[in-house]
Amino acid sequence: MQKDIRRLSLILLFAPFALWIVLLILLPHVGMVFLSLREKIAPRVYEFGFANYIEFFNEPIYWNTLVRTGSMSLLVTVLALIIGFPIAYYIAKIAGPRVRGALFLFCLVPLWVSDLIRAFGWILLLRETGVVSNILQWTGLAAAPVEMLYNDVTVVIGLVYTVILFMIVPLASTLDGMDNSMIEAGYNLGGRGTTVLRRIIIPYAMPGIASGCIIVFMLTAGSYLTPILLGGKNSSWFTEQIYDQFITRYNWESGAAFGMLLLAFTSLVVWLGLRLTGQSLANTVTKT
Amino acid sequence: MVNSPSTDLECINISKTFGSVLAVDNVSFEIPRGSFFSILGPSGCGKTTLIRMIAGFEQPDSGEIHIKGKSVLNTAPNKRNVKMVFQHLALFPMMNVYENIAYGLRCNGVAKDEIDQRVNNVLKRIALPDVGEREIHQLSGGQKQRIAVARCMVLDPDVLLLDEPLGALDLKLREAMKIELKLLQHQFDTTFIYITHDQSEALVMSDRVAIMNQGQFEQVGTPQELYHAPRSAFVAGFVGDSNRWAGQTVAAAGSAVRVKTEDGLELLANPYGAAAATGGRAVDIFIRPEFITVERAGGARAAPESGHNTLNGVVDSLLFNGANSRALVRSASSHLIEADIVLTGGNEDLQPGENVTLIWPADQTMCFAT
Repeated sequence: MQKDIRRLSLILLFAPFALWIVLLILLPHVGMVFLSLREKIAPRVYEFGFANYIEFFNEPIYWNTLVRTGSMSLLVTVLALIIGFPIAYYIAKIAGPRVRGALFLFCLVPLWVSDLIRAFGWILLLRETGVVSNILQWTGLAAAPVEMLYNDVTVVIGLVYTVILFMIVPLASTLDGMDNSMIEAGYNLGGRGTTVLRRIIIPYAMPGIASGCIIVFMLTAGSYLTPILLGGKNSSWFTEQIYDQFITRYNWESGAAFGMLLLAFTSLVVWLGLRLTGQSLANTVTKT
Repeated sequence: MVNSPSTDLECINISKTFGSVLAVDNVSFEIPRGSFFSILGPSGCGKTTLIRMIAGFEQPDSGEIHIKGKSVLNTAPNKRNVKMVFQHLALFPMMNVYENIAYGLRCNGVAKDEIDQRVNNVLKRIALPDVGEREIHQLSGGQKQRIAVARCMVLDPDVLLLDEPLGALDLKLREAMKIELKLLQHQFDTTFIYITHDQSEALVMSDRVAIMNQGQFEQVGTPQELYHAPRSAFVAGFVGDSNRWAGQTVAAAGSAVRVKTEDGLELLANPYGAAAATGGRAVDIFIRPEFITVERAGGARAAPESGHNTLNGVVDSLLFNGANSRALVRSASSHLIEADIVLTGGNEDLQPGENVTLIWPADQTMCFAT
């Protein structure tokens, strides 16, 4: 009796999680895989085959877009790390306990506003008739209105801004767990600032760096709004291709294949990154 | 004095305040080469601040710190030849034992062959020759301790600072490490400065001990001096166990002084300092448990010699601890007094509830003016 109750409560507790995994993650992906492996031979007539994948590799614009998305996402990840690390270090190690809370709050506040509104904020600033352009003209630094939207630099800036919080939080929590005396020991034993950073702080923060980079890279490669709004037609983001296939061309088979390819590609990059830094996936989760 | 080669470390009138708190108040001391020096004090007495100033992590507001005769105030922490064993050791978890020890040598740009030789050498000296390839988390508490010392000693420091490194160990290991640290200090023949709030650590290991309280040194001396000839009530109360009474002096009686305690006892006491030797002064009295003899009341016994204090009481309870067993005796005024006794386990042993007389020499009744 007692045993049954315990088993029942275990099942009940586990059910939401299992339902979530199965219904919202496993099933859709299985569906996508099946969809992507269908070849359309006539209206409403389908056959099993790899044509959708073959099409992707035969058409340079498709895989070029994927490579471009991947490399720009890597650039965004690296920039977010370089900018985020000092901020996280300041929050975790230099700021006092009260300031720390306030700083974390400041990092979170932008998240209260939707992606869309934040992207429009950038547009307001950077468009031809926007704030920055007007200031440049007013101070005489520019003779004519300057268009700062619809180029890669703007897309990268906008993406870094959107994702940097997801870099700062895991980094700050890893660094927060580091005993200050470890840094002091690094100096005490004769290390210079750069030595302490390179041999002690960064190796210690490695699980946080890895987990922050994974989140940021995945979010960037899978983002849609920011590249579209800030990059316009020039952005050539891979998610845009997927959207086009599904919505504009109503070619679900090819869209599903692209989706699986994006997943495979980003997973490959993350796996490579983990291998190169000598981290394991479990490590990045447990140590942050 | 400044350039005398026999001192490794000299601090002159060091002060440090944090906000309105005076952490270290005008402390001066010097430590002869190759000695084991402890700074003993309750938590918050400023001892950690003092050691951090010597290591260079804090800058004193005023005063001078000389290491081997040279001022180090303008030397950055990583340039001072003073190494520190931290409270939680601060071994680097991402490096193995070998890399932990080699870290400091690499920072100093020592050649690879020499690093190898020196690391292996120091591992042999701490009797852990084969642990080089182990990870830090694979070591036991005592091994970590030794690696932390080795990591510093491989750099040949002028002074090694130890900030309560035994605090995290369990009791048995702590006892063993006390002896081990003392042996390591002998072996390396380097000046150790050891910070602790645990008096037994300080007394067992040190050549000299400084008792620190509220940012000042109360007394500096050998462990025996501190124990048997404390210079202040704080030292008498802090070092070793003692029974304590508050009271007032009545009048001098020869070299002793007659004291009336707050609960009405009349005792003969040995005045420490001239102030306690005159009548009418508020005083604190300390008697160590080992000087008190416990006699059964009504036993056939000669009247106590003059120059002794006697007190009647009832055994309240027995605190059995092998050779360090004690009796807790309740006096007529309900004051609990601890006295060392021998418990053999035989029929002759004292039992709770027995009437006893406590006798102790007036000489050992330490009396301090408050």
